[in-house]
Order: sequence, then structure tokens, then C-alpha cells
Amino acid sequence: MSEQLGVMPAQTVGPYLHIGLHWPDGPYVVPEGTPGAFWISGRIVDGTGTPVVDAMVESWQADPEGRFDHPDDPRGARPPALAGFRGFGRSETDGQGWYRLLTVKPGALPEPDGGTEAPHLTLSVFGRGLLHRLVTRLYFPDESTANAADPVLRSVDADRRDTLLASPAPDGFRFDIHLQGDRETVFFAL
Amino acid sequence: MTTQDTQASSRLVLPRYRRDDVDAHPPLLSPGYTSTVARAPRHPLVHLPQRLTEVTGPLLGEGRLGALDHDLTRQHDGEPQGQRIIVHGRVRDGDGRPVPRTLVEIWQANAAGRYRDARDTWPAPLDPHFEGVGRALTDDQGRYRFITVQPGAYPWRNHDNAWRPAHIHFSLFGRAFTQRLVTQMYFPGDPLFFQDPIFNAVRDPKARERMIARYDHASTAPEWALAYEFDIVLRGRESTPFEDEDDDE
Repeated sequence: MSEQLGVMPAQTVGPYLHIGLHWPDGPYVVPEGTPGAFWISGRIVDGTGTPVVDAMVESWQADPEGRFDHPDDPRGARPPALAGFRGFGRSETDGQGWYRLLTVKPGALPEPDGGTEAPHLTLSVFGRGLLHRLVTRLYFPDESTANAADPVLRSVDADRRDTLLASPAPDGFRFDIHLQGDRETVFFAL
Repeated sequence: MTTQDTQASSRLVLPRYRRDDVDAHPPLLSPGYTSTVARAPRHPLVHLPQRLTEVTGPLLGEGRLGALDHDLTRQHDGEPQGQRIIVHGRVRDGDGRPVPRTLVEIWQANAAGRYRDARDTWPAPLDPHFEGVGRALTDDQGRYRFITVQPGAYPWRNHDNAWRPAHIHFSLFGRAFTQRLVTQMYFPGDPLFFQDPIFNAVRDPKARERMIARYDHASTAPEWALAYEFDIVLRGRESTPFEDEDDDE
């Protein structure tokens, strides 16, 4: 194995991420009007319970059939099963700490050990005061059988597992992200 | 899923990205940077073996770029104030392989150290000809190039008489979710490094050095612009199980 080059260290996005990383279409993982589309929204809250108004959430997920349009999906890259499906979402938090993403539910995924991953989104959280992104996952509350068999959820302490579960909301699902505190969200090292 | 699908998936072989060294990135809790105190998680991060969602990622960019997105000096009717600079470099992975066709986003303060953002209210002038936002896509060799102006330093109240060294924010996607990176590019010889807790949150001096661009006289545009080279290394891949079968267990 050749010698590895040193990776570039991460730094915070700082307070002015809104100018640099704003995409007008950022929150739209799928276009408005897509059949079955729903909103995922939530608040990012710090250890003092204060909403975090200078943060950003990015999401990445499979299409409804559990496929990725990406060359490293060993089943083969495949254009999305749904017109306009981007798989990726980006939302800065607003003045009350809310982010919003319009998406559809991803399919379940095969995993290398032969098991199955429950439908999920993987999320990155960036913000002022975060020197490196935080990585978490969002699971759906109406997938209890699949969730019970999910290898990632099972690897998390049972008493913190529900921090990875969205809850039903009138227009889709709600998923708050607690950076600290009694309900601190589970964050992952990749 | 059908039984057949399940059997097929048991042969699923995924690439795997190397885990970063402990000192490669700044600790999330770095109290010198006071905003980390209420925002850094207190539980240790949970180890997540990389699966399909992590080894894939958005391959975006082509349709997102305007013709002048890479040239921050030509986005308005007039030219911005400040020293013109070319900022260029290569994006590679830890094995030295170029990262092609990947979106690079940058943002920065103007020459006076002011961001065009309503939250930046310190009394330095805004520049009507400077937005401070750029985008580029790397080419097949992983190369990118921006034209901009030298950003100014600015005060930020983190500690007594705190000033951020001049910097340009960089955001990169790489080719997989695991490679996503946001960082900052600094300038060589900046006298403000000693008191900056964000720069110094990276503990390994060699890793800190990587965030400092190199003055690149060979790439200047004579009688027009100075130049800096800023190479960026994203995480590399581990060898596949075929190359390293002991790893299978």
C-alpha cells in the first residue's frame, strides 16, 4: 500500500454559510408536486435549548426502490425510479432554527452481511460552532418491523435509539436534532 | 425483499473509505472557540460501518454552474476593490487519485473583511461589486481554479480583541458521502494565526499547515493577479476485500 497523503482538516462553515451555500432548490430532494412527496422538518437545538439559526442540514438517500444513481452501487448505477429525484437535499436553518426537506421515502437497502437496512436518510449537520460536520441518520416511525432489524439502529444503545426516529407531522415527518442535552441525537463516526 | 434479492445481497461488495486519524480534524469540543461549548455533542460518536448510503453520494454540479461562477471579480458591472488573486489547486484522495467532476463551493469576506450577509454588521464597507461566492467543478485531473480578491481579516468577539485570519471557505462533495468536507483556506505568513482558535483547533501542526495555501508565482497573471495554490486531499479508499482477504472476518 502506497503512503497515504494527509487529508485536509475540516473547519467550521462559520456564521455566514447562508451566502456561500444557499441553493434556491436546496430543500427539494424531489420536485414539488411529486406523487407521495412529504416534508421532513425539524429544529436544531443546542445544549442550552436555544435554536441554532446558523446551521445547515444536508440529506442523502436511496430512491424509492432502494437504488443509487452512482457508480459505486455494486448493483449498478441506475437512473432514479422517480422523475426529478435528486437524492440530495440541503436546507439552512431559518431564524427559529428550522430546516425543511421535501422528499419521498427511500426503499430498504441490502447490506454486505446479507441483512437489510430499513429505509433511512443519512444527514450531515454543519454550523457555526461545529468544527466538523455531524453525521446522523433519520428513520421512519411507520417502519417498526424494518427498524427492529436494522443493523445501525441495533448498534445504538436502546435508550438513545429513538433520537434517530422521525415522528409523524401533518405534512410529513418531524425530526429535531439535539446537539447536546438529555435528548442528544446519536451522531456517527464514519 | 424476495429471498433471491437477499441471497444476491449477501455478495454485495462495497468500497470502504479509510477512517481519518484522530488528529486529522479538530476536536468538536474546542473550548477556545466558545461556540463549540454548547454545540459539540457530549456523547462519543457511534462507530458506523460504511454501507451503501455512505459509499455513494451526490454527483452534482454540471447543471448548477453559471459561466462566471468561478470568477468573483466579474459577477457585477464593475470590478471589486482589492488585490486580484487566482486560487487554484487539485482535489485528490488519500491515495493521490484525482477527484474529477466534483463541485467546489467557496465564500469569503471582501477586501475590507466584510461579508455580504445581514448578520455581518461590523463597520467595514460593503463592496457593491463583490458577492464573495464562487462555484467550480474539478476537471478530469481534479483541478479547479477561481479568480477573486484577497479577503480581509475581521474582528469576531470570541475573545478579547479577536480577529480571524484572512480565509476563504471551501466546501467539497468528493465522490461519496464519506468524502464530504467543509474547510477554510488560509494565506501564508498571516500574523493572526497565533490567536485564532479555529485554525489552532487542528492540533497536529502538519495538518494545520495543509490549510495554508502556497504562494505560487508561476501561476500569477503578469500585471494582473497574484496566485495561490491550494491542494485538497479527501479521504482515500481502503483496499478491497479481494486485495486484502484477511479483512473478511
